[in-house]
Amino acid sequence: MRLLSTFLIGVSSGSIYSLMALALVLVWRSTRVVNFAQAGQAIASTYLGYLVITHTNNYWLALPVAMVAGAVIGALADIALIRPLNRRIKSGPVLEIAPVIATLGLLGLIRSLVGMIWGGDLKQYRAPVSINGFTFGHTTIPFSRFNLLIVFTAIVVMVIFAFVFQRTGLGLALRAAAFQPEIARLAGVRVDLVRTIGWAIAGATGAIAGVLVTPSTSLSPNSLDLLLVLGFVSAVIGGLESLIGAVIGGLILGIGLALILEYVSTSLAFPAAFVVLILILIVKPAGLFGMKRGRDA
Amino acid sequence: MTLQVTNLSINHDAIEAVQDLTFSINEGELAAVIGANGAGKTTLLRALSGLKNPKSGSATWRDNSMIGKRPEDLVRMGILHVSDGKTVIPELTVKENLALGGLWRKDKTDVAKATTEVLELFPKLGQRLAQRADTLSGGERQMLAIGRCLVARPELLMLDEPSLGLAPIIIEQIFTALNDLRKRTGLTVLLVEQNAMSALEIADKGIIINLGKLVAQGAARDLINDPTLQAAYLGY
Ligand SMILES: Nc1ncnc2c1ncn2[C@@H]1O[C@H](COP(=O)(O)OP(=O)(O)O)[C@@H](O)[C@H]1O
Ligand SMILES: [Mg+2]
Repeated sequence: MRLLSTFLIGVSSGSIYSLMALALVLVWRSTRVVNFAQAGQAIASTYLGYLVITHTNNYWLALPVAMVAGAVIGALADIALIRPLNRRIKSGPVLEIAPVIATLGLLGLIRSLVGMIWGGDLKQYRAPVSINGFTFGHTTIPFSRFNLLIVFTAIVVMVIFAFVFQRTGLGLALRAAAFQPEIARLAGVRVDLVRTIGWAIAGATGAIAGVLVTPSTSLSPNSLDLLLVLGFVSAVIGGLESLIGAVIGGLILGIGLALILEYVSTSLAFPAAFVVLILILIVKPAGLFGMKRGRDA
Repeated sequence: MTLQVTNLSINHDAIEAVQDLTFSINEGELAAVIGANGAGKTTLLRALSGLKNPKSGSATWRDNSMIGKRPEDLVRMGILHVSDGKTVIPELTVKENLALGGLWRKDKTDVAKATTEVLELFPKLGQRLAQRADTLSGGERQMLAIGRCLVARPELLMLDEPSLGLAPIIIEQIFTALNDLRKRTGLTVLLVEQNAMSALEIADKGIIINLGKLVAQGAARDLINDPTLQAAYLGY
């Protein structure tokens, strides 16, 4: 029972890591940018969700509001920051690093703005359903209705992702622009627009992660920083290129950390994340779902 | 004159890859641009498809400027470019690569019809629809790259060395398919080749360039038979 319950808790937190990892992988695939600002974009979106909850007491209104905010912030980050940099810088070492530094700057900027508006103190809002664990007979496990809801929401998001990416024209354009932007252009894809849409989807996904994780922690201008790190670890475990990899990476990390927290020590969780990462990279340097290459590619 | 290139010069930093190039092609013609490695053929096509900004000069398609436009806008003007290296998207399936070519078009019925026609032109692709493009042979990839453009119903098709690295029998297949197609549809073709003989055989017009400059242009039949050109540029 203890093992099963630990596993379920791992799946629940892993679902949130997966969402964050999906956001990071999407941006990486569409613009080759390691987006540190994702934590900032998500925190700003979550604060707006918090605003809705404090005014309406309606979690189910807060989620879509945060998602729209996340999408808008994501699109703006691409249009105002990444696009001009890519247009101006064509080659050299700066090409790779400038956008990353820019996202770090954006992260700092958003944190300051959020701090100015809402203050640095910890905010709290309640989960929409019970956070008390399920009870079976005389035993109560840590896994709650809210954990179930988190897993369910993550599954819904992932099903939507799978559908959009594999079955729609937008998904095809997103993949083509990510893999081979020049060929995509020559096929008529408006690559700049498609990239911005990628940033927007990533922003919305990060916002969901923020709104889902916050009832279990609390909200402050940098309360999602740890989630960003764990999201990156998940994304790299999954090979950074692969959406399925991001999901599996998040789940592996979630379950692994839950086991360590439960059976080894609570203080080991953070370093353990990196041990998991490094072990996986040593065994499979491209990550679990690193790109396969076919004939002479 | 359907395609008119006038005094076009294109630089790569200090390298003058194309210098003061002037030529034209009529509606429905197949023109072959012949030149050795480094002659500036790829650079020329990249400028005509919006991938590279020229230094000076002009290029028009049916009196609309092709310069300063993005590739995706030129595609919407009916100008399609099969770039060098059998450019398909390896991570996508054959079916997805074809679908990509018609994504921007509103007339989905005609996209389906055009796709069927591509599969009739290149039946091998039809047997590989669900495979990833990187599992294809070089010849099949080239067919897929051309097929992807045909799904867009091009009016001007520009191809960069489609024969490179392919077996003679495959080259023959592809060139015959191209020639049949343009005779059937009135498509205008700008075919860039080092393989002078194969290209000039199906071409109406030949344009010979060397080190970025025009050497000769004229009816393909006349160029094939010109002894000085044969020795210096046509390689036989
Ligand atoms: N991206 C580039 N940067 C610098 N020089 C280039 C680049 N592409 C081509 N060149 C140079 O421009 C000239 C023409 O090249 P290219 O157009 O590729 O010729 P071709 O396709 O006829 O072989 C060559 O001297 C080549 O080295
Ligand atoms: Mg070339």
